[in-house]
Amino acid sequence: MKKEDLPQDAGALDKFTREVCYVKNQVGRYETALSKGWDVKKQALDSAWQEVNERVEEARKAVENGEKSPVYYFMELRLMDLPVLSGYTGFFPFFIKRHFKPSVFKGLSERKLEKYARAFDITVSELKNFKG
Amino acid sequence: MNIDSQTDEFRHVQTAHCENGVTTALLRYHGLEFMTEPLAFGMGSGLFYIQIPFLTVNNGPAISFRTMPGAIFKRTCKSLGVEVTRKKFSNPAAAEAFLDQKVREGAPVGCQVGVFHLSYFPKEYRFHFNAHNLIVFGEQDGRYQISDPVMEDVTSLSREELSRVRFAQGPLAPKGHIYFPEKVKPITQDMIRKGIVSGIRRNVRDMLRIPGNFAGVDGIRHTSGHIRKWRDKLGLKKASLYLGQIVRMQEEIGTGGGGFRFLYGAFLEEAAGYMQDDRLANISEDFTKAGDMWRASAIKMAGVYKGRLTEQKDFEQIADMLLDIRLVEKEAFEKLSRLNLGK
Repeated sequence: MKKEDLPQDAGALDKFTREVCYVKNQVGRYETALSKGWDVKKQALDSAWQEVNERVEEARKAVENGEKSPVYYFMELRLMDLPVLSGYTGFFPFFIKRHFKPSVFKGLSERKLEKYARAFDITVSELKNFKG
Repeated sequence: MNIDSQTDEFRHVQTAHCENGVTTALLRYHGLEFMTEPLAFGMGSGLFYIQIPFLTVNNGPAISFRTMPGAIFKRTCKSLGVEVTRKKFSNPAAAEAFLDQKVREGAPVGCQVGVFHLSYFPKEYRFHFNAHNLIVFGEQDGRYQISDPVMEDVTSLSREELSRVRFAQGPLAPKGHIYFPEKVKPITQDMIRKGIVSGIRRNVRDMLRIPGNFAGVDGIRHTSGHIRKWRDKLGLKKASLYLGQIVRMQEEIGTGGGGFRFLYGAFLEEAAGYMQDDRLANISEDFTKAGDMWRASAIKMAGVYKGRLTEQKDFEQIADMLLDIRLVEKEAFEKLSRLNLGK
């Protein structure tokens, strides 16, 4: 990539930092240059977030309809999957899947709810009372 | 590096990739002023390609354009005869106590962290990615002073914030991983040349002779074959998200552009100077070409996830572009292999 071809499309990094890229200067030697971003990857990031938001919305509806427990919703909201949530709570994925069932969720002990709440950065009552 | 900001003895270095940056800044602090990001990347045999089978990351394919986390620091230090200390902890309090001791000694240290809770990162970038690296180089007003190599300037984190990211959970969980050079002996030009040669040879081995079909240059063909099937198998929507994931792994902050290929080109150019060998500079051009081709494929992939390109023939074209890239990289590494450096 030539230095003059380095894209400067403002994106999510805008107020954070510019990024170092390796480019060819006029005499054909490598040097570093700072880029504000590139539309091609900004759109990739945007479409990833669109997907995340759709998943969260679907999870919210599932809780509203009584198909899934709040654990499922907050897992999606925090961009987690089973291995990550398992890491933060110490529960095995098999049990977490059971806790997605509203009937099982209702019977969870305070201690288990606290572990989930801490993993999701919310209070136990926010977790318990989430209705979708 | 063009942006260095002065803070006591430790100098912040901004680099394309975080682990290169930590390696460069720590080695420079210990007196190895010649160290640069391309040199650290090349000596550490950083260039790679792999599509890890059966694994998905953020609901997409697990593709990497560089070697395993931690390997660059380890290999670069080893090839220069630098002794390193690395520690992991099961207990956050012990991890914090050890860090505090190093801070009191005034020694900057590298830490592996997760980015999901990294408060100074923009929200858009905060996924559960646990192989980010930063340097803790001091303490001021009860906050740790942080040098994050991807940033233009230094920043800071509170005790709780740092402890939290050092004990992020999930795949590649850092477990408080802390590392730093222990003993650095004077380095001769000859040692640098040896480090360059062993770095190149290891990279040739990784890219050309690694067993299996999903890693090295053959890994690119593996992904190409997958792309041809994605549209029918996953549906257009999911297939385009998968392509978006490839572009992010390839071009996002931390790669230097073109999936680290430009960075490797810069390394070979620098290596040509150390080795007094113009052949390396010529092969550097091949990696520049590969990087440009990766960028061109990203533009094509963007056409798909923007919804402009929807046909199977577009996926076929992208897959063909990847096959062309594979040929260029394969030939470049074969050329490197034939140089018989250091023999």
